[in-house]
Amino acid sequence: MRIEDLVEAIRVLETDLPADVEGRLKGIRDRESGICKTVMEAILENVRYARERGVPMCQDTGILEFFVRCAHGHEEIRDKIAEAVRRATHEVPLRTNTVNPFTRENEGANLGRFQPIVHFEGRAKDENSIEMSIIAKGAGSENVSASFMLDPMQGVEGVKRAVVQAVQRAGAKPCPPVVVGVGVGGNLERSAHFAKKALLRPLDEENPNRDLAELEEELVERVNALGIGPMGLGGDNTTIGVLVEWGHCHTASLPVSVNIQCWALRRISLEWRCGEFRILR
Amino acid sequence: MPDLCSSIFKLKTPLSEEDSMSLNVGDIVYLSGILYTMRDMAHVRALELLRRRDKLPFDLRGEVIYHCGPLLKVGEVISAGPTTSMRIEGMEAELIELTGLRGIVGKGGMGERTAGALRRFGAVYMEFPGGAGALAAKAIKRVRDVYWRDLGDPEAVWVLEVEDFGPCIVTMDSKGGNFRTMRGAKTSK
Repeated sequence: MRIEDLVEAIRVLETDLPADVEGRLKGIRDRESGICKTVMEAILENVRYARERGVPMCQDTGILEFFVRCAHGHEEIRDKIAEAVRRATHEVPLRTNTVNPFTRENEGANLGRFQPIVHFEGRAKDENSIEMSIIAKGAGSENVSASFMLDPMQGVEGVKRAVVQAVQRAGAKPCPPVVVGVGVGGNLERSAHFAKKALLRPLDEENPNRDLAELEEELVERVNALGIGPMGLGGDNTTIGVLVEWGHCHTASLPVSVNIQCWALRRISLEWRCGEFRILR
Repeated sequence: MPDLCSSIFKLKTPLSEEDSMSLNVGDIVYLSGILYTMRDMAHVRALELLRRRDKLPFDLRGEVIYHCGPLLKVGEVISAGPTTSMRIEGMEAELIELTGLRGIVGKGGMGERTAGALRRFGAVYMEFPGGAGALAAKAIKRVRDVYWRDLGDPEAVWVLEVEDFGPCIVTMDSKGGNFRTMRGAKTSK
């Protein structure tokens, strides 16, 4: 795994919005009118311009989160990721976002205690490969994400209410139209992890669980009925997709996390297979 | 869905009282001149100084501030969209009163206290489309100056020369108009 490859992946991540996300935004632009159409046109012009010029589409280049699948060498991979983030901060560039939460001191390289965030999630498809997904998450939308520890009796209806309530409270703050990642089950921190991980699934890939696919469709309708609209300026286009990920939980618990993602869903998938690097998107 | 009718304005900073009074919610503004980036920490420091009756190192009378933490590379602005304005709600009314600034550019709207200050001091709140940082940077011609860099680059005050910076949508005007409440009222009929 070469550090240069990772720096390049971070550049693509920050400058080139995935096609499925851009496609959904175009759909909304075509359905909108008035001020909301003006806003959607500006967003799409921004996406094109950032891609052409190779510059980050949003000044909030976010906190980078890495999901890695590979059999061994985790510590070495963690070190290489940190070095790639340091280089990308100067080369792409990335805004220097990470600070000490108590003193607010900023060391200027997007590093620090437990930064960048790296999760190791089992093995790759074959022994000598490394698979990786990266997501860049800005604060505007992360700040309005939420976790709920529901009473199990609240059931699926409770899950739906939690999602709708989180999006409603977020209002205009997270730069709608948003993508909503929903994590159900696990425990407090696993549900939050599921909610973030849900955002990695392409928008045009249906949930493999039929019931959850229906739940996602229903949540799209209920969230759109809130009338928040692009940038909170009103209308029926509040979300471009709801994605659910889940795991089993304690019999007395029903953890639900809602990760709200701005329209700029910056995610990328990569692999190193027999030493060969490929960006999969 | 009903929309508020809008006019397009090209304005130069600093804004006159007449400029800000002529703007209504739903109008679209393109700004030329200077924008001062000010987000959370810059507001905290400015108010600390002003409450002690110290002067700021820059004069905001008639000027437009921008809720933004830009991304720069060797002195050039690369990406510079707005940040969420509501985080600053608790400080903005006082800053308007103590400096005489006339315009704010941000995103997501602001609350009642800011709305009151806009009315009393004849100022206006505008929104640039959130996340459109590269497009915003295209309208920024030069960094003229920077203050308070010790706050960290995102939180410092960057003095930016802009040309036709927009679309900036007026969502809170100096007459008490608020785009979100007005449009919400219309759609709930």
